[in-house]
Amino acid sequence: MDVGQYDLNDTAIRTFDPKEHELAISTDNLQVFYGDNHAFYDGSLQFERYKITALIGASGSGKSTFLRSLNRMNDGVARVDGQIWYRGLDINSPRINVYEMRKHVGMVFQRPNPFSKSIRENITFALKENGIKKKQQLDQIVEESLKGAALWDEVKDILDRSALALSGGQQQRLCIARAIAMKPDILLMDEPASALDPISTLKVEETMVELKKKYTIIIVTHNMQQASRVSDYTAFFHLGHVIEYDKTKNVFTLPQKKATDDYVSGNFG
Amino acid sequence: MDSKTANKLALLTIKLIAGIVVVILAFLLGRILLQGVPHISWSFLTKPSQEFIAGGGIVYQLFNSFYLLILTLVISFPISLGAGIFLAEYAPKNWFTEVIRMAIEILSSLPSVVVGLFGFLLFVVQLKMGFSILAGAIALTFFNLPLLTRNIEESLNAVSDLQREAGLALGLSKWRTVLKVIIPEALPGIITGIVLGAGRVFGEAAALIYTAGQSASTIDFTNWNPFDAASPLNWSRPAETLAVHIWKINSEGIMPDAAAVSAGTSAVLIIVVLIFNLSARYLGNRLYRKFTAADK
Amino acid sequence: MDSIKEKIQSKSKETRQEVTGKILSYSAIILIVAVVISIFAFVASKGIATFTQNHASLKDFFLTTDWSPTAVGKDGRPLVGALPMILGSFGVTLLAVLFATPFAIGTALYMTQIASKRGHRLLQIVIELLVGIPSVVYGFIGLSVVVPFVRTHFGGSGYGILSGSFVLFVMVLPTVTSMTEDSLRAVPSYYKSASLALGATEWQTIYKVILRAALPGILTAVVFGMARAFGEALAVQMVIGNATLMPKGLLSASSTLTSVLTMGIGNTVMGTVGNNALWSLALVLLLMSLIFNLLIKWIGRRGRF
Repeated sequence: MDVGQYDLNDTAIRTFDPKEHELAISTDNLQVFYGDNHAFYDGSLQFERYKITALIGASGSGKSTFLRSLNRMNDGVARVDGQIWYRGLDINSPRINVYEMRKHVGMVFQRPNPFSKSIRENITFALKENGIKKKQQLDQIVEESLKGAALWDEVKDILDRSALALSGGQQQRLCIARAIAMKPDILLMDEPASALDPISTLKVEETMVELKKKYTIIIVTHNMQQASRVSDYTAFFHLGHVIEYDKTKNVFTLPQKKATDDYVSGNFG
Repeated sequence: MDSKTANKLALLTIKLIAGIVVVILAFLLGRILLQGVPHISWSFLTKPSQEFIAGGGIVYQLFNSFYLLILTLVISFPISLGAGIFLAEYAPKNWFTEVIRMAIEILSSLPSVVVGLFGFLLFVVQLKMGFSILAGAIALTFFNLPLLTRNIEESLNAVSDLQREAGLALGLSKWRTVLKVIIPEALPGIITGIVLGAGRVFGEAAALIYTAGQSASTIDFTNWNPFDAASPLNWSRPAETLAVHIWKINSEGIMPDAAAVSAGTSAVLIIVVLIFNLSARYLGNRLYRKFTAADK
Repeated sequence: MDSIKEKIQSKSKETRQEVTGKILSYSAIILIVAVVISIFAFVASKGIATFTQNHASLKDFFLTTDWSPTAVGKDGRPLVGALPMILGSFGVTLLAVLFATPFAIGTALYMTQIASKRGHRLLQIVIELLVGIPSVVYGFIGLSVVVPFVRTHFGGSGYGILSGSFVLFVMVLPTVTSMTEDSLRAVPSYYKSASLALGATEWQTIYKVILRAALPGILTAVVFGMARAFGEALAVQMVIGNATLMPKGLLSASSTLTSVLTMGIGNTVMGTVGNNALWSLALVLLLMSLIFNLLIKWIGRRGRF
């Protein structure tokens, strides 16, 4: 099947009425270049607060590139043009303090990447760097975040063991706990379950649904079942373009565009 | 000769060559140790050397060698660490970085005698430091820098980028991420590199004969004030090392037991270097296991 | 006022850490570059003085054989014929590499193609230990073993280019071997299996496929060995005999650039023509090391397919 047969400029992208929906983050004309390679074209997307938005699409569709641009993880790797609006600020501007910004726009990566420190230190490390020194306060945050990531019961007795002793699924939930310990506004998740077994995947998904009470989540996923299970909104990416963006139910059951239809019915990807 | 016979013959030759190389090492080590170890005694290790009569020891040279090594590491480690971090973490992909890499490569391939002569010219003569431990340590630093820098760069590069992303995504600065996450992870490699470098520095002589000098001044081991000329810690006194001692005895030694003293000194030198090499391997393995393995 | 918004727009601890980090790492690297530049600047300025201040002839330096810088020749210029030392340096270097290369290739072939895991490990340790032996110890062994050996079996005093080459052979062997091994290891294993599957014997495969594919790497290893041999000072100086005369053969006492330098610098006074002439030798050493470097780069570039 020729994946280049669709009109990439024929798109159906929903926008939000600011009176009814509170926005957490949005982009205007975002474009990403790796050297001469134009990896992502012109994305203007709005993300609603306390919702899970899934970014789906085949490999190379630009969804991860887009996600990593949102908290400037592409700095020094790619050139990102356009604006990213967060709290009324364009955080894609060079004048922004990216370190401060990333404390509010956290990220969980595809492969679990705990530090080779103890479980406890994985969570307290960045907090201590931020000046939180009181043991009591740290202990409390450790417990809260591990509970938030549905890991507390499994590790509460072994907090001082190396994080590398945990299973892959536990490590990934530790990484989620580490991210939410910073109390971010937004959590970006780059295929957080792709390296995990089905049971761990399910656990991570349950965690996400729980987390959206407090956080806005944007998740990149390959897995369409996952997107339909957990997300409120879904954006379909194809060859560096956003083709369709709407409520998840609509994207999966009543896709407006042929490309979306073909992708969600499994004709390519 | 058919191809089968040729094959057999060629493979046999290859095995023979490998065997000869093993024999060469065995001969070298055997010869040095068998000849030298009988001369090593408590008094040999604790008595000062003699120029004209037999029975001299190597206590000053032994101390000087270690002191120089420590000073060299103290100077070269921070510089190499900074340079290694630059190359692994900050270096932009442009001509500037290319020039730097080229410079480090050139420095690593410079003959050590030239490095020593430069140290002599700049520090001993121009800056009027005289033959001194400090001048020697600086010359050895030049000699050690490129290797240590490359080793640190490689150790840092071996740490997965996932760890860097983890730190950055938590809002840490790149510098703190490197210091607190990447370096601890790279530590086994870095330590192995330092210890291997230490072995090389310990045995180096050509860079020292015109910087740290060729005489072992009397040291008073009860005086630990570094500013006193007789103190072991004084870094402006000339200091002959074990390696320089061996060279000196064999070029112009006139003591009657020159052969025995050089054999004993060589054995001591080799033993120390072997200890460095073996502990580098051991430390590397152990730390590696400690850092990566899950401690159950 | 939104305090998060405020923070995102202002400098923080992290911004300052980043500046500190950049300053520290850039200073370290600039220091190293400065050291390299000053080594060249100092040695060059001293080395050129022989020709600019003392008016020695550059042609004589490279082409004549009379080395007595404090004396003046018929043309009123100092006698700085460095040809004996230059020939000595090249002589020991080429011979040492000539001896070492077959051994290095053989050992590397054994390690990569024949040896069991244990055999490979053993040779790796052997090579690491050989690298670790300090050069003065090689010199001492040279003096107590190689020189008497050459004296009894080849004649002469035992001191000379042959002894120097023997000592350097063992000294460069580990470097050349481990680099050759690396380049053999880099040959994709399907080259070997494809060749064997076509019915070639192991030796034919090694000779016609593996060695050929690894050739640029092996050449680089050999040039590295040459660079090391050319710059080695003390071990050579201890066995070569230190006569600044034209080598009459491999068995007569001769000298190299490095041996004359180590012997001479301490016995001349800074700023005199005798001393400057020695710095000229050091400059030649420096330039040769640069040439070896460029040669390695050139081979690396040519070798890429």
